[in-house]
Amino acid sequence: MPFIPHTEEDVRQMLAVIGVDSIDALFDEIPPTLRAKPLERVPEGLSEMQVAALMQARARTDGQPLCFIGAGAYDHHIPAAVWQIATRGEFYSAYTPYQAEASQGTLQLLYEYQSMMTSLMAMDVSNASLYDGASGLAEAVLMAVRANRKSKSRRILVPRTLHPAYRRTVRTIVGNQKIELVEVAFDASSGRTDLAALQAHAGKDFAALVIPQPNFFGALEDVDALTDFAHANGMLAIAVVNPLAMAVLKPPGDWGDAGGGADIACGEGQPLGAPLSSGGPYFGFMCAKQDLVRQMPGRIIGKTVDVEGKPGFALTLQAREQHIRRSKATSNICTNQGLLVTAATIHMALLGGEGLANVAATCHANTVDLLARLGGIDGVERVFDAPLFHEGVLRLAAPAADVLRSLAAHNVLGGYDLSADFPELGNAMLVCATELRTSDDIDEYAGKLTRIMAARTQAKCPVEPKFK
Amino acid sequence: MLIHEQSRPGRRAFAQAPKDRPALDDIPVEMQRRAPPALPEVSEMQTVRHYTRLSRKNFSIDTEFYPLGSCTMKYNPRACNSLAMLPGLLGRHPLAPDTHSQGFLACMYELQEMLKDVTGMKRVSLVPAAGAQGEFAGVAMIRAYHDARGDGARTEIIVPDAAHGTNPATAVMCGYKVREIPTLDDGDVDVDALKVALGPQTAGIMLTNPSTVGVFERRITEIARLVHEAGGLLYYDGANLNAILGKVRPGDMGFDVIHMNLHKTFSTPHGGGGPGAGPVGVSERLVPFLPVPMVGFDGHDYHWLTEQDCPQTIGKLSTFAGNAGVLLRAYIYARLLGREGMVRVAEYATLNANYLARRLADAGFDLAYPGRRATHEFIVTLKREARELGVTAMDFAKRLLDHGFHAPTTYFPLLVPECFLIEPTETEAMDVLDGFVAAMVAIKAEAQSSPELVKTAPHTLPVRRLDDVRAARELDLRWTGSAG
Ligand SMILES: Cc1ncc(COP(=O)(O)O)c(C=O)c1O
Repeated sequence: MPFIPHTEEDVRQMLAVIGVDSIDALFDEIPPTLRAKPLERVPEGLSEMQVAALMQARARTDGQPLCFIGAGAYDHHIPAAVWQIATRGEFYSAYTPYQAEASQGTLQLLYEYQSMMTSLMAMDVSNASLYDGASGLAEAVLMAVRANRKSKSRRILVPRTLHPAYRRTVRTIVGNQKIELVEVAFDASSGRTDLAALQAHAGKDFAALVIPQPNFFGALEDVDALTDFAHANGMLAIAVVNPLAMAVLKPPGDWGDAGGGADIACGEGQPLGAPLSSGGPYFGFMCAKQDLVRQMPGRIIGKTVDVEGKPGFALTLQAREQHIRRSKATSNICTNQGLLVTAATIHMALLGGEGLANVAATCHANTVDLLARLGGIDGVERVFDAPLFHEGVLRLAAPAADVLRSLAAHNVLGGYDLSADFPELGNAMLVCATELRTSDDIDEYAGKLTRIMAARTQAKCPVEPKFK
Repeated sequence: MLIHEQSRPGRRAFAQAPKDRPALDDIPVEMQRRAPPALPEVSEMQTVRHYTRLSRKNFSIDTEFYPLGSCTMKYNPRACNSLAMLPGLLGRHPLAPDTHSQGFLACMYELQEMLKDVTGMKRVSLVPAAGAQGEFAGVAMIRAYHDARGDGARTEIIVPDAAHGTNPATAVMCGYKVREIPTLDDGDVDVDALKVALGPQTAGIMLTNPSTVGVFERRITEIARLVHEAGGLLYYDGANLNAILGKVRPGDMGFDVIHMNLHKTFSTPHGGGGPGAGPVGVSERLVPFLPVPMVGFDGHDYHWLTEQDCPQTIGKLSTFAGNAGVLLRAYIYARLLGREGMVRVAEYATLNANYLARRLADAGFDLAYPGRRATHEFIVTLKREARELGVTAMDFAKRLLDHGFHAPTTYFPLLVPECFLIEPTETEAMDVLDGFVAAMVAIKAEAQSSPELVKTAPHTLPVRRLDDVRAARELDLRWTGSAG
């Protein structure tokens, strides 16, 4: 039997010890009227060989198109050692390190992770992960509402330049606690948060201001001004950052000309060693200032000593967590994204600060190249003029959905269609080129887009997609 | 030694990153970082050796029996991992168009269908990232349901005192007050107390069945009727689904919404703390509120269902569509098991638990619910050992580590003193269970002859018992030394 080691003789002996004559008799406390009928929609079991053939066919169906989509998930090179080690059974098949003495491997790794993340973010403390970037921001919002001593407000300022999926996720998660998200407009020419629009909220009572860097458009926000604004108005500053970008951009702990730094830094950990994998599993990271540590959600690892004075690591500040505090916990999170953090830690160790900076700068250079090449095509133009990091917006002389469909028919995923989330931008799309996209790839994209745009202006009709 | 302490300025794992660092001329200097972050500077081999060595300090399913109750630590088939990591699946961008996603979407759609079948629910959304997020989605749907009916008076969620901590924490995250009800001496929920607790303020109840004390809630049909009559809904915490897979379905018990822990029942890896996947299934009346996105099928093609298709949805729970890679592993596991394998999971998990319970009882240990049939797990209480020998459940747990077994869940549920919640799972062989009994017996003998040995355990692990108080008082949460 797959994954069940029992022989018939084992079963006979075990039943005899229990004192029943069949396995079915062990279910005698379940009311007979509730017993299930045979399953209908679960097919018969397959051998490993058959499932392998099935999965290979499924994977082939989806092809491996040339990808210029970012929008919160980035196609980076992951060193071979990362997942070979992360999938060692000792990491892969362990669980939450409740028995510290039998989990020093995971615990020390998590402590190293906390050390690396706090360096990267220039923050004091880090937890051991949340589910992903968007849900992590929701946790940061809840934390800010709890932690802000100057304000009892349940309102949060959220720039429109935040990833729209983050905004929606935060709304789902914090909405039932009567927390209100108030949107701040962006400047149409720079693509950055409109500081004048923000000023309209000065002196009003908000718990926190969310500051994305880079923002969803790839534009670099004036994080110093935003952080100072938050602090001058009694709000906590919540940084939402791409961790890879922090290898070359000013990290949240240093934000603000007044020197305050962000109070909470969170974001999507995917660029640190998690494959695209259809959107997950990734991990949400969260760092904070020291004085907020008791308000943090999630696991935190501390260094301590054993009875002989030997250093060791253990889960700490557990009185924040659901298994101790139940309804008074800082969050309901229990299982987190441990294995992704394992990968991220190995990834960061392999690349080091210099290596990460090389990756970040290469992504950026490739994107600048991409934007220049595509922006020079007839019917394609750049939209924003602010400095950007490794992602940018283009406007098309045709509906973005049509153009992207035509590109996809030619095996290029050309970008993310912005028209549903940002109708005010017209036919706009968000594009990105990571370090994995070569100049040949960019040539290929530019060539195909040129032909598609030319065909459209000549024919004035949508290009039919190949699919269906 | 920390990886940081092996760092030497200028040392690099050169093969890992692009060789050059293009200038960032177009980014104003004041926006740039002054110096790259102080991450360890180590070679590739140092890194590999360091983390390989760390891994060896872990207990894991692959190396030890890991009977952690409520967590279903069963074997994670290797094929599930290697097939989920096929390049075409691993490299798929979450926003890839449906034209380039039919293979992936087919897997997700079929998983939705299979989960509907095994739970008896009308529809399933796969997006919650773990059990607790599934709970959040479920209770948020209960709230959305009452709100949609204009019933704003329902402010309470009822939770048994034995419930997992995520249950009350979730209810609060959804804006509810928590009302606890007691568990009877036989392990069933106190139905009389439930009757008292129910009223027009009741939004719903969160139950685990089999419950967290390891027995099947025998009066579940009556409980469902009572809660429904009071206008409340029933939430099923699916952490213990392994016990009843293919045997009984939560939908048939009367539950309106359930979450499943695929990292338990569907054997996706626990990863040293995660990731998990906590899909939710609902009865007819909650279908409109399911979290998005889900996967639809029009007879030819698979497509995403989003807010546009589901206007009453509670919304999104993550940036994309949850822990897709975990869902793929669960899908592969389900295809390997098939219909007949699903039922076997419940049968052999139950067989193993009842066998182990009986053997431990025969060896002189006290079962917390001796009159009851064990489900896939059961509780031993070491209250007598603590009183007579001064050796606690914690001491037993630590000494088990020396004997080469991961400890069961300790001190949960809180209502049973000095408890061990023991879940052997179906993938363990009889001789392993016998070995565990022998270790328990040996530890008890040690507790009689040389109690200090047990009270100061473990003795053979990389560290001895750790000072948790110091960890919390003198917080040391990151490395602050300097390299080299
Ligand atoms: C009974 C019970 N409910 C809920 C949960 C929460 O699930 P998760 O850890 O996946 O969030 C767990 C597991 O940890 C559990 O054992």
